[in-house]
Amino acid sequence: MEQTIFYIFSTVLVLSAGAVVTVRNPVFAALFLVLAFFTSAAIWILLEAEFLALTLVLVYVGAVMVLFLFVVMMLDINLTVLREGFARYLPVGLLVAVIMVAQLVYIVGPARFGLDKFPAPPPRDADYSNTREIGLVLYTEYLFAFELAAVILVVAIIAAIALTLRKRVKTNFMKPEEQVLVKSKDRVRLVKMATEKQDD
Amino acid sequence: MMTPSSFEMPNLLPAVPEIFVLTATCVILLADLYVRDDKKVITYLMSLATLVGAAVLTITLHTGETVLTFSGSFVSDPMGDVLKVFVYLVTAAVFVYSRNYLIARNLFKGEFFTLGLFGVLGMMVLISAQNMLTLYLGLELLSLCMYAMVALHRDSINATEAAMKYFVLGALASGMLLYGMSLIYGITGSLDLAEINAAIKSLDDSKMMVASLGMVLVIVGMAFKLGAVPFHMWLPDVYHGAPTAITLYISAAPKIAAFAMVMRLLVEGLGDMHVQWQEILIIMAVLSMAVGNIVAIAQANIKRMLAYSTISHVGFLLLGILAGTAEGYSSAMFYAITYALMAAGGFGMILLLSRSGFEADRLEDFKGLSERSPWFAFMMLILMFSMAGVPPTVGFYAKLAVLQSVVGVGLTWLAVLGVIFSIIGVFYYLRVIKLMYFDKPVDTSPLETTADMRIILSANALGILYLGLMPGSLLALCVAAIG
Repeated sequence: MEQTIFYIFSTVLVLSAGAVVTVRNPVFAALFLVLAFFTSAAIWILLEAEFLALTLVLVYVGAVMVLFLFVVMMLDINLTVLREGFARYLPVGLLVAVIMVAQLVYIVGPARFGLDKFPAPPPRDADYSNTREIGLVLYTEYLFAFELAAVILVVAIIAAIALTLRKRVKTNFMKPEEQVLVKSKDRVRLVKMATEKQDD
Repeated sequence: MMTPSSFEMPNLLPAVPEIFVLTATCVILLADLYVRDDKKVITYLMSLATLVGAAVLTITLHTGETVLTFSGSFVSDPMGDVLKVFVYLVTAAVFVYSRNYLIARNLFKGEFFTLGLFGVLGMMVLISAQNMLTLYLGLELLSLCMYAMVALHRDSINATEAAMKYFVLGALASGMLLYGMSLIYGITGSLDLAEINAAIKSLDDSKMMVASLGMVLVIVGMAFKLGAVPFHMWLPDVYHGAPTAITLYISAAPKIAAFAMVMRLLVEGLGDMHVQWQEILIIMAVLSMAVGNIVAIAQANIKRMLAYSTISHVGFLLLGILAGTAEGYSSAMFYAITYALMAAGGFGMILLLSRSGFEADRLEDFKGLSERSPWFAFMMLILMFSMAGVPPTVGFYAKLAVLQSVVGVGLTWLAVLGVIFSIIGVFYYLRVIKLMYFDKPVDTSPLETTADMRIILSANALGILYLGLMPGSLLALCVAAIG
């Protein structure tokens, strides 16, 4: 039963991931990415990692992908330019992909990671809380990594602001304090010139 | 199992330099908001003070012992301390060299320094990583800062293109590295590098294949970050496209951190698979020396030329690591440190010749430098001799030590190839010297520099000469750090 569910979800996952790169409409591509995240969350639930699965749905599907859809819809993406060279690079890309898939199936397949090599862990009791366990190690054993992740987010914010913020170069507004202090010699400049001899 | 009561407060003392740099950088970030654009020199001085403070802390806290903290994810050891001090030194020199260049291009802003210092923090974390998770986070912190810095000159199409290429390829390499790490984690069941090393010893042949695939993917990711052939495509474009001050930053200190990454991951984590990774590194080292030295000859742009020269130096660095002996590792460490010093000086010279609206990044800009400034022509001569590996500069000893360690493990043919390629490389370094001393200057305007830059750049070049005459102290430091 569990196996059947797994295969259904993984088929949907692989197909939707493939669709992300092949569909013509970028909005559809983003929606297929949502589907891919959602099915991988379902697979995580099968692994009894319910907290991570819910986080994936909330953070990626709920927040990141919605923003992503906004960006895709707002930007005027020229599809013909994006598609340029797709056919040209397809054979090489497919070749690399097929070789990598073959290698991975050979190495990470049932021959090395089968149930006889790594037996499935016994299912946890109903009152076992993943969230609690993650909370316990996140701020103790993985404190350093957690702090570093925070620093990386700060850098991301600095980088985003530094690369996009542009101050208005010239705005026309008056400064009353300077206007009050102005003197006549600031406005009129008297230039003394030598008298010139006039040509006839 | 972890319970709240069994948790012990981690020993923060070994990580005090990291904590100091993080705190000081956050203070600079906030203080910079209140500094007017024409007073950014305050931010600059605060950044230099941070580096000095970090160096003082690292040296005073240096015990010569290996201390683990943060549940074994952070290590403070002699190798890390030595590498960190050189990271501060090189970065401080980079900041000094960059000042005038950045002011002339309206890039002298707080972001350059905060991103630069966060990059230093990333390097420190990378150097002290004892866990694959920390290692990856340190690498990402450093890379993210470098991507943003390359793109900092927003109005330059070249810089934006370079940043885009760097970011996309860097993300791909990070993906490879992560996938390799996940396979190694899957088969050994640990993220801790020492535990991985212990677990690999007891793997059977079938499980060893999984670890091998993981190792290959990890090497691909690392080779990209180092810029070793065949993963070097990004390097000339990024070095060329980025503003020279930022090329200087990414070419110098991060190479020291990259050396530490290879040491931690391959030697400490996968040391037992030495026979396997040695073969891969031999191929990459030979290709890097060949491509770097031969393609550099055809470059007319000195930044591209130095980029290919970097690739060839990475090949030499890999020679020391692949030897797999303590002498090999210490010679590679010596090479990484001296290379960072040479790269800082080399790109610093380009900054010295640049001025507002003029990038001295073509080879012909160096024509007749000896007539314009005999002293700095001589400094460039030392730097070029050192990069080429001509005695009595330190570049010669670095190459010699690396080649000796390769001969020491019976790979004499590899050492011979190394010598042949470095002789080919001498051509393009000597060409710069020929342009400086035997050609007439095209551009006769005087150099626009400040006293601090003149002094530090001269000290940098003379330091290379000094280390070449007396390499003993630094070599002994590297040997003691690895030992």
